[in-house]
Amino acid sequence: MLSFIFKRLLVAIPTLLILIMLSFLLMHAAPGGPFTQDRAIPPEILANLNAKYGLDQPLWRQMITYVWGIVAHFDFGPSFIYKDRTVNEIIAQGFPVTLTYGAYAFALAVVAGVSLGVMAAIFHNTWADYLAVGISIGAQVLPNFVMAPILVVVFTLWLGWLPGGGWEGGKWPYVIMPMIALATAYMASIARITRSSMLEVLTSNHIRTARAKGLPTWKVITRHALKPALIPVISYLGPAFVAMITGSVVVDMYFSTGGIGKAFVDAALNRDYAVMMGVTLLVGFLTIVFNLLVDVLYAWIDPKIRY
Amino acid sequence: MALTIVDYQALATRLATLDEVKGRSLWADARVRFMRNKAAVVGVCLLIFVTLYALFGEYLAAWAYEDIDWGIMGKAADMGQPSLANGHYFGVDDLGRDLFARAAQGTRISLIVGLIGALISVVVGTLYGAIAGYVGGRTDLIMMRIVDILLAIPFMFVVILLLVMFGRSLSMLFLGIGLLSWLSMARIVRGQTLTLKGREFIEAARATGVPTFIIITRHIVPNLLGIVAVYATLLIPEMILLESFISFLGLGVQEPLTSLGRLISEGASTINYGTLWQLAFPLFFFIVTMFAFFFVGDGLRDALDPKDR
Amino acid sequence: MKKHLLLSTILGFALTGAALAEKHPVTGEELAANQAYSYWMLDAIKSIDPHILASVEDSDVARSLFEGLYDEDGDGNLVPAGALENTVSEDLTTYTFKLRPEAKWSNGDPVVAQDYVDGWQRLVDPATASEYAWYMELMQVVNAAEVIAGTKPPAELGVKAIDANTLEVKILAPLPYFTKMLTHPSTFPSNKANEAKFGADWTKPENLVGNGPYLLKEHIPGEKVVMEKSPTYWDAASVIMSPITALTINDENAALVRFQAGELDRTTVPAGQFPRLSAEFPDEAKSTPYSCSYTYIMNLGEGVGNPALKDVRVRKALSYALDRDIVVNNILQGGQRPAYNWTHWALNGFTVPVIDYSTWTQAERDTKAAELLAEAGFTAENPLKLTINYNTSEAHQKIAVAVQQMWKQKLAVELTPQNFEWKVHTDKMKAGDFEMARYAWCGDYNEASTYLDLFTQYSGQNDAKFANDAYDALLKEAKTLADPSPNYTKAEEILAAEMPMIPIYHYAKVDMIKSDIKGLPENNVQQTWYAKDLYRIQK
Repeated sequence: MLSFIFKRLLVAIPTLLILIMLSFLLMHAAPGGPFTQDRAIPPEILANLNAKYGLDQPLWRQMITYVWGIVAHFDFGPSFIYKDRTVNEIIAQGFPVTLTYGAYAFALAVVAGVSLGVMAAIFHNTWADYLAVGISIGAQVLPNFVMAPILVVVFTLWLGWLPGGGWEGGKWPYVIMPMIALATAYMASIARITRSSMLEVLTSNHIRTARAKGLPTWKVITRHALKPALIPVISYLGPAFVAMITGSVVVDMYFSTGGIGKAFVDAALNRDYAVMMGVTLLVGFLTIVFNLLVDVLYAWIDPKIRY
Repeated sequence: MALTIVDYQALATRLATLDEVKGRSLWADARVRFMRNKAAVVGVCLLIFVTLYALFGEYLAAWAYEDIDWGIMGKAADMGQPSLANGHYFGVDDLGRDLFARAAQGTRISLIVGLIGALISVVVGTLYGAIAGYVGGRTDLIMMRIVDILLAIPFMFVVILLLVMFGRSLSMLFLGIGLLSWLSMARIVRGQTLTLKGREFIEAARATGVPTFIIITRHIVPNLLGIVAVYATLLIPEMILLESFISFLGLGVQEPLTSLGRLISEGASTINYGTLWQLAFPLFFFIVTMFAFFFVGDGLRDALDPKDR
Repeated sequence: MKKHLLLSTILGFALTGAALAEKHPVTGEELAANQAYSYWMLDAIKSIDPHILASVEDSDVARSLFEGLYDEDGDGNLVPAGALENTVSEDLTTYTFKLRPEAKWSNGDPVVAQDYVDGWQRLVDPATASEYAWYMELMQVVNAAEVIAGTKPPAELGVKAIDANTLEVKILAPLPYFTKMLTHPSTFPSNKANEAKFGADWTKPENLVGNGPYLLKEHIPGEKVVMEKSPTYWDAASVIMSPITALTINDENAALVRFQAGELDRTTVPAGQFPRLSAEFPDEAKSTPYSCSYTYIMNLGEGVGNPALKDVRVRKALSYALDRDIVVNNILQGGQRPAYNWTHWALNGFTVPVIDYSTWTQAERDTKAAELLAEAGFTAENPLKLTINYNTSEAHQKIAVAVQQMWKQKLAVELTPQNFEWKVHTDKMKAGDFEMARYAWCGDYNEASTYLDLFTQYSGQNDAKFANDAYDALLKEAKTLADPSPNYTKAEEILAAEMPMIPIYHYAKVDMIKSDIKGLPENNVQQTWYAKDLYRIQK
């Protein structure tokens, strides 16, 4: 197990290096640069700017300097657009925000999704099943950029219960709508996966045996069926969590939460090379870590799996 | 993006355990099972309905999708509501363009995006996986390592980078989406190829000197069609969702062309201004399409999954 | 002890009660107890540093935290701020400013002439690499260009401190609007000691030392900026509103919802929503002229763009057939004005020249357009094919689509709108890689030359590559004239005759402002506003 983890982490290094090179080249191939403006900057001033940010160096040297900065000082460089800030500061400020509402949304998605899925499976082919399936597909196909304005209009404008945006350090009224907007689609997926795997488990022999022994349904579910039924759900969780982090751009735009999703899209559109690299790397790293975590969890739940 | 990574691996293994002779009856069987699945049949009917609307809706419309009704332009909230009298069956958008025609045109684009994205993904993924699995050895190792590395790259970020980089064109959109979503397909196909490889009919083909590429395209790939079909059906709605997200970011198709995602995102932004039909009609077709594809995909999976027998 | 606390609370209430009844020192209006103000910003603040910042939103914040030589009043006239008065030499190239002796930095240091010298030198210093360094060149300050190019040290910039309260500036040539340019944050002073102490971190709330009416309390990029009244400001007694909160909301519609929910005192009105909002909230929906002009430029460069556009008849036909009234009344609907000339109509001291086709009816224009295009050889059988580039935005898209339909129906022109994101759009425009392109220009200062200079051959912004020697001569001459108006009129006439671009509309700032907020400028086309002038009245 340990050697497996070690090996996976070792593979992460070339993966991240390739990620750096790929995004670096893509970014620099894109038309326009961080200082491209409608009010053209005179060439002398542009030269000063390029010198200050090292953009006058050849591309390979910029890339080496960049990687060296990360390896040697854990320094991702200054932002080219938000000039008062470094990339480290931007990530340190935005990432905890995203992580916070992401974690809440994740918890909500898992709890609600699994419950919905289990309910649908138990009451297979009854109205409860159809309702649960309907809700989950409905939630899955309603894009969160539709969900977000609906939430704001209802809860802020009509009911006046919740503030229409902002973060305020993560006080709970500010977390609720981002959490719901982000969670629904994942909740739906989890419900669907849980339902189908639960149905499968419920028809298996050991559950039939348990039922034959006369155990009440809820006991059969919680003691015997739930754990094996959750295995496919777990393999979904890793990519889902990462997708939530990247999908947070809608939340950041509607609720002004100041998270990392918006920072990335802004960086890409503004050609803020350093921020774009920093966030890409961060998310790449998270992807690797979460996929690894999921595999470990998998092995832990299902003893049959050996690495 | 909510990628439904259902356990294709398990399904693939199950499908692969069927032997050749039973394979024929599997398809016949599957059809019967599929037709018995009410949701799936409803899904197919809905898909036919949506496709017909996408293809012919514009001929029924009183207005072309790009024409502006100058009299209503800019007065959508007061005069632009759905009406049979002025030919705007679904109302108009803020510019006074007919939403019936625009929704039809947008549905068409969304369907095309979904189909082509899924197609590219399926073709690339199937070939890649089949080659890796069949050739095996060092080639397999390297090819699969590449897939592992690419899987770690944040998907959405690369899409945005590509769109920013290559500007905005429909073909770029298809290509970018398709090229990025073949990875899990490749993994599944490789696994199934590995089990197929040991079968007699493949060994026989090899013994009689059939070239590798022919074996892959003639003998391996046809045997993968079941899983590929299921995967492709479920991939289409995901492609459509992805396109809608890209449209929301303002990086989608070029006006005056539109897509369902774009119409929805425009409708959602004016949700508070008394023009709800701008959201409702496109959203209706969006949801119907999604539901239909999910139903059909689920139905196909159940039909092709012999374990339920 | 407890009793004491209670007593002080009561006293506190009594005091606030007294404050409640407070009246505005000048107008005598009764002030509300709540003097907090929050306003909408589209994007995060990019920089607070006056010599680094480049965007309007950055400037709005910087004007609260810092102060320059002059401020503007609600009509755009200069008001003494850091400077009390100035004198100018006989040859109009040396300005001497008497500085306000009581002005202080927030750490207690007096603001001295050397601070201005430091600030101005810092702006042009290549090491600072300010995007706005050109502003000092535009001001014609002696040696600005050389310092920026690195051929002279910053110390040789034509600005010096005669004594603690006297600043002297030398400029290259007489510039009638020189003092008007001094309200821009690029010309603000600099606290060198503090900047040296904290380096790049000096703009953090805990480190920032400013000389403005407010102190930076909190700055969370992408969320908000919070400022509070500064006790060390020389005119602190007349600063009423505090705290000032700027909220970043990337979606205009979301911002409007939050305004309606009472979370904002000022926000923008999304395109097309003004008529509905002004009917529903007549006290809150406001439209005031804003010094920017919207246009479609045509690529006249040699060997690039569409050859058909090199024919002035084609350019005129396209311009005539573009129904500006529809753009203004049916798309934007926010009090913008149709434009037939380039310079914004509301500029200080500018009289809009009478442009021939502005007096025609649209039907007359359409007829003339069809004639001209036919003359140029384009008909329904041989249609003119064109592309127009625009950057991603709801409003730009709507206008482009509407124009496409207008030209298609009236002139059988096949126009393909091409949407690019901002950087790509700009890059293509600068590289001359376009046929027609959407463009807008906002005046740097309140004088017509900020617009008209754009189309000279020596301008760095002339992306249309319009080349007309007579035009250039008129504008060069205007710089030295006591009354340049006739030259501006002639320049506009040349633009109308040659039509290198299609003027479409003059901007208005369309906002929702809570009706109890007073002190925002009503006639300042630059839309320069000062938080220190604001107050909330008791309703």
